Amino acid sequence: MFSSLAEKLQETFKRLKSKGKLTEQDVTAALREVRVALLEADVNFKVVKDFIARIRERAVGQEILANLNPAHQVIKIVRDELALLMGGENARLNVSSKPPTVIMLVGLQGSGKTTTAAKLGLLLKKQGRRPLLVAADVYRPAAVKQLQVLGEQIRVPVFSGETDPVAISVAAAEEAARKGYDSVIIDTAGRLHINEELMQELEGIKAAVKPHEILLVADSMTGQDAVTVAEGFHARLGLDGAVLTKLDGDTRGGAALSIRAVTGCPIKFAGVGEKLDMLEPFHPDRMADRILGMGDVLTLIEKAQSTIDAQQAAEMQKRLKSADFNLEDFLLQLRQFKKMGPLENILSMIPGFSGMKKLREELQFDDRDLLWTEAIINSMTPQERRHPEIIDGSRRRRIARGSGSTVQDVNRLLKQFEQTKKMIRQITSIEKGLKKGVRPGRFPFIC
Amino acid sequence: MGLFGKLRDKLTKVREGFAEKIESVISRRREINEELYEELEDALIQADVGVAASLEIVARVKSRAKELRVGDPSGLKPLFKEEVLRILGTETAPLLLPPGPPAVILMVGVNGTGKTTTIGKLAHHFREQGKSVLVAAADTFRAAAIDQLEVWARRAGVDIIKQREGSDPAAVVYDTLQAAKARRADLVLVDTAGRLQTKTNLMEELKKLRRVSGREVPGAPHEVLLVVDATTGQNAISQAKLFGEATGVTGIVLTKLDGTAKGGVVVAIKKELDIPVKFVGTGERIEDIMPFNPAEFVAAIFD
Ligand SMILES: Nc1nc2c(ncn2[C@@H]2O[C@H](COP(=O)(O)OP(=O)(O)OP(=O)(O)O)[C@@H](O)[C@H]2O)c(=O)[nH]1
Ligand SMILES: [Mg+2]
Repeated sequence: MFSSLAEKLQETFKRLKSKGKLTEQDVTAALREVRVALLEADVNFKVVKDFIARIRERAVGQEILANLNPAHQVIKIVRDELALLMGGENARLNVSSKPPTVIMLVGLQGSGKTTTAAKLGLLLKKQGRRPLLVAADVYRPAAVKQLQVLGEQIRVPVFSGETDPVAISVAAAEEAARKGYDSVIIDTAGRLHINEELMQELEGIKAAVKPHEILLVADSMTGQDAVTVAEGFHARLGLDGAVLTKLDGDTRGGAALSIRAVTGCPIKFAGVGEKLDMLEPFHPDRMADRILGMGDVLTLIEKAQSTIDAQQAAEMQKRLKSADFNLEDFLLQLRQFKKMGPLENILSMIPGFSGMKKLREELQFDDRDLLWTEAIINSMTPQERRHPEIIDGSRRRRIARGSGSTVQDVNRLLKQFEQTKKMIRQITSIEKGLKKGVRPGRFPFIC
Repeated sequence: MGLFGKLRDKLTKVREGFAEKIESVISRRREINEELYEELEDALIQADVGVAASLEIVARVKSRAKELRVGDPSGLKPLFKEEVLRILGTETAPLLLPPGPPAVILMVGVNGTGKTTTIGKLAHHFREQGKSVLVAAADTFRAAAIDQLEVWARRAGVDIIKQREGSDPAAVVYDTLQAAKARRADLVLVDTAGRLQTKTNLMEELKKLRRVSGREVPGAPHEVLLVVDATTGQNAISQAKLFGEATGVTGIVLTKLDGTAKGGVVVAIKKELDIPVKFVGTGERIEDIMPFNPAEFVAAIFD
């Protein structure tokens, strides 16, 4: 249903390439498909329109059409333009020269404000700051309790009490100044941007505590309405940035693009899991790769570097690239991935992975699968691990017996391994094509 | 104001976003041409109907218009209505409740779509119909989820069965069904933790809740309602598909239709996966829910 944009583009241009040289009509036809793919990724309609116009301008230029590999060139243009739309570099939080820095979270119901407040609290705490969480959602049942429970989990104090959100916020800011908290994070109730009374309340909080940072918390699965909502909040409050939540699913996150493109507010953070340490600085260029289905290699590398020592990481890269990637590497890689967090998160960062639907389904790993995979690989001889092609029927039966699994299980594992190998080869070729003209070191993983 | 009027009133925003866009496209034109159809497609896409469904609707309107020799752009409106209804179906999809109690309804969905609130609203809705209702606090994961459901149970005047935070959701369901049988409750509403549809292990947990229900009450859960936020874009289709595969979703509750979201995703889901919408949520108060009637919905949108 959601074939990735990159996949689609490649298909389109493969078809075009068979025609030899590209004409302007060819490009127009291809761009129509780009348009559909972007819309399927929930990129706002108007944003798509402008975007396509810009790409056309660039793509119809002589150099592209004459190029031997127009597909890769156009994909590169699309990617660069996407990153540009989302705002280039990562934007940081505003910090007040005179503490406390007041951060206010706003957004629709259910977008993830309370969880994000706690995540932000933990992030600041890890940076050596002293945050205070403020429970200003007095409407939703048990919202205050929810923030208190989360505050306890991360050992960050939670300010609550009054019944009026403005009064709570003012009192919290005073308390912070008195007790030396350097950051105040205000969790407000979810509300519709068209609810006049509740929007006035937010304006009241803003006027009373003069936040240094007003962040819109937006669900990455939002559709075409994302822009209307962001504009609504921006018009009333003047947003400083946005946090995109629930990016750990299969959403392509077109809303991200649109919010930044329409309001000009940078997306500063992304929520990538329910755990409280799953908030990451947002990198527009990496998101462009995700929307394109090219994965997020840089985040993957950073994760690898923080969990695995540098030497091991380098080793892993080398192995992944090498043509004789074998079952031992496969197992090692699975184990290392496992350390970096939920496997599906990690896998989604691998370029091309999210686009390969069939493969994604076949590679549905969880902890149990890993144990099972280990058991099977452990039942192989070193020779078999290094040269899987020698594993014939009778070897498969022996391995199955030895690991307490079935021949089907062994077959499945070998198939997964083959698929992975194929994927790596595929990626390597895509990257090679893309590398021409891409700034050096963009894809350190596989180039 | 009858139900129809109320729905129309609630759906003003939807209407603005959807029908009026179509209307404005149509009224700006004197003749029917390709450009007009393209603009109509765009209007549907902007309502989150999705590219494929939008193209199909417009293609069919086009051929119908030719067939009926519609010459004036205003003649296209009834055709649009007809097409959307053809996809949504004209009947209200009934709740599949068993002949004898207890009926078990499992609520599932991604984080923050409105499951707990909807349970509060539904508990109230069924209480008003004279049914005895029990709610199961099977979201034992999210902080204060149990407290939240407790508030709603109190508001609706129904009993809640709960355990401690962090306990096994399947055990909560088991307890609730035992209690429901002992007390001869008519209806059990099970609240579950929000989860993204791609987390296979969490989807397994839902399958387990299904199994436990079926063991305790034959045929249960009788309804598995997927709660979808109306502001969701095309990802709602993936939600319906994957929750459907894991839990056998029987219907959708479309929440937050009181915002500016256009709700077009309903059309895409019905078209792609044939899952009907059974209720819509239109606010944060306990009475802000109503059964979904496609005819009224489309009428409210187009008239
Ligand atoms: N405006 C509006 N808000 C709604 C509607 N339904 C639910 N909400 C709000 O959406 C927010 C999330 O609702 P919950 O019921 O907590 O959602 P949930 O699916 O149980 O959330 P989790 O259990 O955290 O996954 C709350 O602030 C609700 O008040 C609706 O129809 N309209
Ligand atoms: Mg809930």
